[in-house]
Amino acid sequence: MIPDRAQSRRWVFVGLFLGALILIAVPPFLPTYIVILFTLSLVYAIVAMSLDLLIGYTGLGALGHAAYFAIGAYCTAILVTRHQISFAGVLGSSILLAAIASAIFGILALRAAGVYFLMITLAIAMCVWGLAFRWVSLTGGDNGITGISRPALGLPWDMGDVIPFYYLVLFFFVACLLLMFLFIRSPFGKTLVGIRDSESRMRVLGYNIWLHKYLAYIVAGGFAGLSGCLYAYYNSFVSPNDANLTHCMEMVLMVTIGGPGTLAGAAPGAFVIVFLKNMVSVYTQRWLMVLAAVYVLTALYAPEGVMGIFRQIQGRRQPVGGKG
Amino acid sequence: MEFWINQTFNGLSYAALLFLLGGGFTLIFGVMKIANIAHGSFYLVGGYIGYTVASHTGNFYLAFLVACVVVSFLGMVMERLFLHHLGGQDLRQMLITMGIALFLQDLCLLIWGGNPLNLSVPGYLARSLRVGKYYFPALRIFMIIAAGFLYILLRWFQEKTRVGAMVRAAVDNMEMSEGLGINVPLVTLGVFGLGALLAGFGGVIGCAFMGIYPGLDFELLPFAFVVVIIGGMGSLQGALVGAIIVGLIDNFGKALFPELSYFTLFAPMAIVLGLRPTGLFGRG
Repeated sequence: MIPDRAQSRRWVFVGLFLGALILIAVPPFLPTYIVILFTLSLVYAIVAMSLDLLIGYTGLGALGHAAYFAIGAYCTAILVTRHQISFAGVLGSSILLAAIASAIFGILALRAAGVYFLMITLAIAMCVWGLAFRWVSLTGGDNGITGISRPALGLPWDMGDVIPFYYLVLFFFVACLLLMFLFIRSPFGKTLVGIRDSESRMRVLGYNIWLHKYLAYIVAGGFAGLSGCLYAYYNSFVSPNDANLTHCMEMVLMVTIGGPGTLAGAAPGAFVIVFLKNMVSVYTQRWLMVLAAVYVLTALYAPEGVMGIFRQIQGRRQPVGGKG
Repeated sequence: MEFWINQTFNGLSYAALLFLLGGGFTLIFGVMKIANIAHGSFYLVGGYIGYTVASHTGNFYLAFLVACVVVSFLGMVMERLFLHHLGGQDLRQMLITMGIALFLQDLCLLIWGGNPLNLSVPGYLARSLRVGKYYFPALRIFMIIAAGFLYILLRWFQEKTRVGAMVRAAVDNMEMSEGLGINVPLVTLGVFGLGALLAGFGGVIGCAFMGIYPGLDFELLPFAFVVVIIGGMGSLQGALVGAIIVGLIDNFGKALFPELSYFTLFAPMAIVLGLRPTGLFGRG
């Protein structure tokens, strides 16, 4: 057991190190288009990680996470195009608004559990989509909001360029990863894992289950808002599609491919989906079918993600079972 | 007054469509405890097949028959191939139904193209019925009657027949029913087929009523969700009441607050969840 864990921990460190090296050093040497996709992947990695806090660590199948992402994105879009507010102000308001929205919707969603919770979160996200779609005077309706200019940070680099903006997003990605890592390592995070594994036991131990779930939901919503803010800057355009069903499920797919409960695993998940979507659509018009196949195959054969497959192979080789 | 009567009638005819969609959804949810994202796709496929059959043969009712048979077969294949052995694993099942929904959406786009299609109805359904100074389109009356008839039929089936009792038993306690010798896998298969059939039926009506186009599947799905969340999952009465509430609210919402029209769905959902998290007719 112990050498096995130490070994797998070593692999995790090697993976993280390699990943960090690639993310920091390689992009300046890559074609522009690839760097743009890297940027987008990192933006999605943040929201996917925040979703993993719920799916993987709290055991809450929150399917409507794109709603908070979109709320952050719309908040940024509206503030940047119609008001003169600094980057910090925009970022802060986006996070805050998304967190407030998740605080409101969380009260409703957490009235239910299990598959009911899945449906309700998804239904709420679709109501947000409807709001973005029909509240034309605020959101621009189907046309969305265009012309979101990149932030001026007072730094010597122009954020309108690909590479500086990439590093800005990378900075936020690393910051979010560290914050979320601290979050799950904290006593609060440990309690969440306890709730995931046995709600009744934690209740007997005197923990306030509802409050823990609720706070986790708000924290995840805030991170989703941050990710949405970066997305609005990245894309310079937001539309109701950012909150639609496809988008919601894509985030769940990212978490699943990365392996729920692995936090950093959500990042490779985001990379896989972003690259797949953008690369496959170059070669075939039927990329939706490819995406459909990825959904079905992931759910059938890799419900614990790529890491899960790896773990399974390892487990077969060393049949010393049991949870770590 | 005229406004209220017209809008109420429109709301009720929309409710009929929503009942067909939400009723199938709730039946499937009842026995399998899954939220079927591909349910809108059943509606879409049903509508397209109905369109093709009706435009080739000119027979409106044959369109219903063929669409229902094909869609319910499609549903059963999907259940047997993908969902059956994943019982109880919500997230995996939802990912699969999402994949299937995307696949069907793209397939429909490939076969029928991206333009909206409208099914033309027989002459006697294209007319309007005049009562006093009000005109009621016959198609809408047909929708309401068809949905009402199906509701009664389903309720009778569920409450009074032996097979219906088996279904109820499977919904309540799958293991016990299996122990009593009920062939539960067959029951789930049948119910899935029936749920898909209802959606397919709705698709044909919807194709005549408001047309059909790619993307409609995901546009309607929230309505099915909200209908079932309000009514209580797994309950046919709930689906009926939920459909009427949503149909009316959506219609009045569109007329009174066009900017918030979609979001008005949120209000009844929030109220019901606040008072009864299991929905109006849901059980524990």
